[in-house]
Amino acid sequence: MAMTDLPLATGVLSIGDLAGNRRRRGRERRVRRFFVAAALTSLVISALIVGSLAVEAGRFVLSVDLSALWTTGWFPREGFFDVKTLITATLIVTAVAMLVAGPIGFATAVYLSEYAGARTRRLLKPVLETLAGVPSVVLGFFALTWISPHIVQWIEPAAPLSNLASAGLGVAILTIPLVASVSEDAMSSVPRSLREAASGLGARRMTTSLRVVVPAAVSGLVAAAILATSRAIGETMVVLIAGGADQAQFTASPFQPSLTMTAAMASLAGGSDAVVGQGNAYQSLFFVGLMLFLITFGLNVAANRIVRRVRQKY
Amino acid sequence: MAVARVLDAGMADRVKVSLTGARDGRGFLFRTLLQLALLLTVVILAALLVQVLTLGWETLATRLGDFLTAESRSRAHEAGVFQGLRGTLWIGVITTLVAFPLGVSAAVYLEEYAPRNRMTAFIELNIRNLAGVPSVVYGILAYTIFVTLLRPVTGGKTALSGALAVAVLVLPVVIITSAEAIRAVPDSLREAGFGVGATRWEVIRSHVLPYAAPGILTGTLLSLGRALGEAAPLILVGAVAGSVGYSGGLLDPGQLREQFTAMPIVIATWSTNARPGFDQITAAAIVVLLVVVLMANAAAIGLRNRFEKKR
Amino acid sequence: MTVDLDSAVVAKGAVAPPAPLPVLTANDLQVYYGDFQAVRNVHLAIPRNEIVAMIGPSGCGKSTVLRCFNRMNELIDGCRVTGHVCYHGVDLYDPRVDAVEVRRRIGMVFQKPNPFPKSVYENVVFGPRIAGVARAEFDGIVESSLRKAALWDEVKDRLKASALGLSGGQQQRLCIARAIASNPDVLLMDEPCSALDPIATGRIEDLMHELKADYTIVIVTHNMQQAARVSDRTAFFTVEVSSDSDRRTGVLVEYDDTEKIFSNPSDSRTENYVTGRFG
Repeated sequence: MAMTDLPLATGVLSIGDLAGNRRRRGRERRVRRFFVAAALTSLVISALIVGSLAVEAGRFVLSVDLSALWTTGWFPREGFFDVKTLITATLIVTAVAMLVAGPIGFATAVYLSEYAGARTRRLLKPVLETLAGVPSVVLGFFALTWISPHIVQWIEPAAPLSNLASAGLGVAILTIPLVASVSEDAMSSVPRSLREAASGLGARRMTTSLRVVVPAAVSGLVAAAILATSRAIGETMVVLIAGGADQAQFTASPFQPSLTMTAAMASLAGGSDAVVGQGNAYQSLFFVGLMLFLITFGLNVAANRIVRRVRQKY
Repeated sequence: MAVARVLDAGMADRVKVSLTGARDGRGFLFRTLLQLALLLTVVILAALLVQVLTLGWETLATRLGDFLTAESRSRAHEAGVFQGLRGTLWIGVITTLVAFPLGVSAAVYLEEYAPRNRMTAFIELNIRNLAGVPSVVYGILAYTIFVTLLRPVTGGKTALSGALAVAVLVLPVVIITSAEAIRAVPDSLREAGFGVGATRWEVIRSHVLPYAAPGILTGTLLSLGRALGEAAPLILVGAVAGSVGYSGGLLDPGQLREQFTAMPIVIATWSTNARPGFDQITAAAIVVLLVVVLMANAAAIGLRNRFEKKR
Repeated sequence: MTVDLDSAVVAKGAVAPPAPLPVLTANDLQVYYGDFQAVRNVHLAIPRNEIVAMIGPSGCGKSTVLRCFNRMNELIDGCRVTGHVCYHGVDLYDPRVDAVEVRRRIGMVFQKPNPFPKSVYENVVFGPRIAGVARAEFDGIVESSLRKAALWDEVKDRLKASALGLSGGQQQRLCIARAIASNPDVLLMDEPCSALDPIATGRIEDLMHELKADYTIVIVTHNMQQAARVSDRTAFFTVEVSSDSDRRTGVLVEYDDTEKIFSNPSDSRTENYVTGRFG
């Protein structure tokens, strides 16, 4: 169509002149439908996760002898499904991870947000990002071959090479970048004017950081901790490799090997007779999966709600 | 407001101290503590790299070619990572082909088309929460759907099932990072497009996507790095811990319909093998995986820094 | 639908002087954002080849009304329009009318210069390109649009250079050229000079006088001197704050020849505003 064909408005027009190009409108509708479908896919996936978990988990609970859920260990192929073994081990690993990653990640965030100059940040952020990009199998290997002999067995010489504490430290390294980046986001979204108000009153930088910035960003910091906890609970490979996944006996000691929820799923599925065995073993996978899903999803919902509130505040 | 209260309560006595001009001992200590925490992070990364490099060096230096082309064997000095590399390559390809278009499209819908209402907010929150679901849980989903239900399509416990599992796993991350990149496109650009009579799709294609491309690409590369390092969902989908029966070449797409293994699976399997020499080849395999994964990450970070500077 | 033009201009409190052939008429126009009414009862007729200025304090809805003229307001979530806006006798809000075609014919220039981050050339040809104009025409369109926007001599040697390298005033004239390239007959300008320095502003104002020969122009401005300098007619809007809630609704107070608005307005609110006693 030549430019001269684009009609110039003269006098009275009719509806037809403004109806637009039918081909373009058709394409617009098709494109829109495509994008709607893509977005719906994500909804379908979440529905499928919950659905597939819930159905099989329900079958498990209905068919299993409930006393088998409270014994002395997790041996699904023999019909022992001691939930407290898995939960205790998960709690130990998560606690160790958070005790280490919390303070380090948090301190890193304070330094990056309140102290570091532009150049230091430019150098240090890639370090954190690289650490965040290290695959978890690598940290599993590092925990087993370096953290366990050099740190854990140095603290507790009687500890076997595979133990929950090493796994927890490995998970801690994985979660430090997460804690640091979410906390730093929270602190840098504190308005400059608050910092200026504080230094205007003669506050030193430490006072400004701890008494002004941290309280103002506190909900973001809580969200960081919750997200990291959720991540630690869901971490699989570090625990499977360094936590002693073949030892499914109940223990409350961080220096003993045991099985977390995630490792229980992976070791059950990864066995040579993968996911076969006694009838209930297969369904137990879904039962643990559902527990894990509910716990982490709940934590994420809480954390995201807090993060959103923070965004609205500033 | 909380901050104002804090200023009222705690500031007065502190101000007195600082006016004396005395050295701020506690502030110095605080700063040092923060620096130590940061240093620790750097040291951990360094220790990890040194440990892996020293252990893996001999294998990489003496038999790199053999190591990359040999199959998994029970004797460490003969074993190689070829099958793992092949699996990881195809997982990367399929993940990119599935998660990238689907994720970017969903992000475009959420940012450009979806009305700002409760339903959209619910979908967005849902996606954000899905991003935090443990990868092992995605493994069960993949087992149920791809291995069992869609067996005729995927062939069961194949590289295709594994790749789809990983694709579904990174999908929420791709959506979130793409949506953020699209949100950063200034509205004035959209208005300019609409103002000269462009349709929504024309505005998106000609202006929104080109502007958001670096951000989208960065997010996608980071997710790809994550995808290549994932092991847990692959275990659930039935990745083979030992040697794979399938003998196709590296670029043979037949792998997709055959049983498979992947670099992270090889590493996980070897790392718990107590026989002599396995620590060394595990470390060597890690170096190979890290080179692949960190290259994707470095590309992503480099890309972002370049475009941040430009704007 | 076709609206009787006479009834459109014979509206309570805001009667335009007799105008031959209005290009745009607003009749009983109401704009809502959600349940909140942003603009009430606007009656306006924009005559061909004239410049109409819309002035008033912030929040008076003048930009909102401007955006109703090419349906840009639809891009804001929750925005709803009732009443009629007629363009050459066709109701723009008729369901059969395509907003995209409307915006092609009624161009818009925005407050902040917003060239695409592409070359000068690509900026100008974007409209014709999506409208399906043949490539062979592009060079001619670029030259004639840039000449009309008084930018050709400054950029003819760097058509392939990025538009972001131009000065603010040049960028705004490029945006005008970009609007012209789609061959509209109306240009809507939303405070086009508020981001520019006085010299660049002067150039745009001169340009508007030249463009008047070919286009009908509606300009929203904060600047009363600008309205007085460039426009043939002026519409004064103000804000009414509802007594029981704190809701602010824009209303059209007076619409008349610019000279009359600034020298002898018939409404005291207009007088207070133009003499600087309010707003």
